[in-house]
Amino acid sequence: MALDQSFVGRSYPPTDPYEVGREKIREFAEAVGDANPAYTDPEAAKALGHADVIAPPTFVFAITFKAAGQVVQDPQLGLDYSRVVHGDQKFAYKRPVRAGDRLTVTSTIEAIKSMAGNDIVDIRGDVHDEAGEHVVTAWTKLVARAAEGA
Amino acid sequence: MTAKISYDDVEVGTELPAQAFGVTRATLVQYAGASGDFNPIHWNEKFATEVGLPDVIAHGMFTMAEAIRVVTDWAGDPGAVVEYGVRFTKPVVVPNDDTGATIEVSGKVGAKLDDNTVRVDLTAMSAGQKVLGMSRAVVRLA
Repeated sequence: MALDQSFVGRSYPPTDPYEVGREKIREFAEAVGDANPAYTDPEAAKALGHADVIAPPTFVFAITFKAAGQVVQDPQLGLDYSRVVHGDQKFAYKRPVRAGDRLTVTSTIEAIKSMAGNDIVDIRGDVHDEAGEHVVTAWTKLVARAAEGA
Repeated sequence: MTAKISYDDVEVGTELPAQAFGVTRATLVQYAGASGDFNPIHWNEKFATEVGLPDVIAHGMFTMAEAIRVVTDWAGDPGAVVEYGVRFTKPVVVPNDDTGATIEVSGKVGAKLDDNTVRVDLTAMSAGQKVLGMSRAVVRLA
């Protein structure tokens, strides 16, 4: 069933702050097998001009996707999450995420489309630090595949 | 931000060193824990096949994380990445054996932009199929 177009442009309240920890960054870097010392060694990060260890570019997705849950699980929108796949993902960085950041995410529905029975939702997540400065924006395209026989 | 590659030293068409990244079921379990994405299609083949997949597949975000390493290893400073986007075109199928799957990533400079930035066009393949489309990063060079 086609989703309600009136949700386009809707923003959800900012999330509670997510505090980025050094050890969480290390865990993520190890999980993707990336030994870049900028992720684990504060001195190496400082040598590159960063205040503390920085996170790999895609680390922030865990935070923005959790925030996007407000959209995905909004009963009024009615997205069938059991049929959702990740279509596209994009990030635009003002600066890298780093240890010690307290990040909030504001999710906005940018577009809703229906193609061949699939519902397609574009969600933008604007990530700000504790000082209110913009850090990164994530765009996530979710595709809810048409139900069989629909 | 202190990239180790100079803007003046690259041209459109400059190739970045290609890399191959292995992924086994154990990798996916570790990534699930680190990322918080516990969708069973990434570790439970009974579930995966029931929803119509050929087998367990890698997290798209895992593949995205590996592909950008070609750029961050080249540039030196991961903080030099200004933009990064991909389309998930085909899943990386990960069999339940000791070998798993391989993601082969190559990249080349597609355009020189303003402010010492360049666009890198990435190609990610697994089992002979292109697993990412429109995979592009903008990175600020020295």
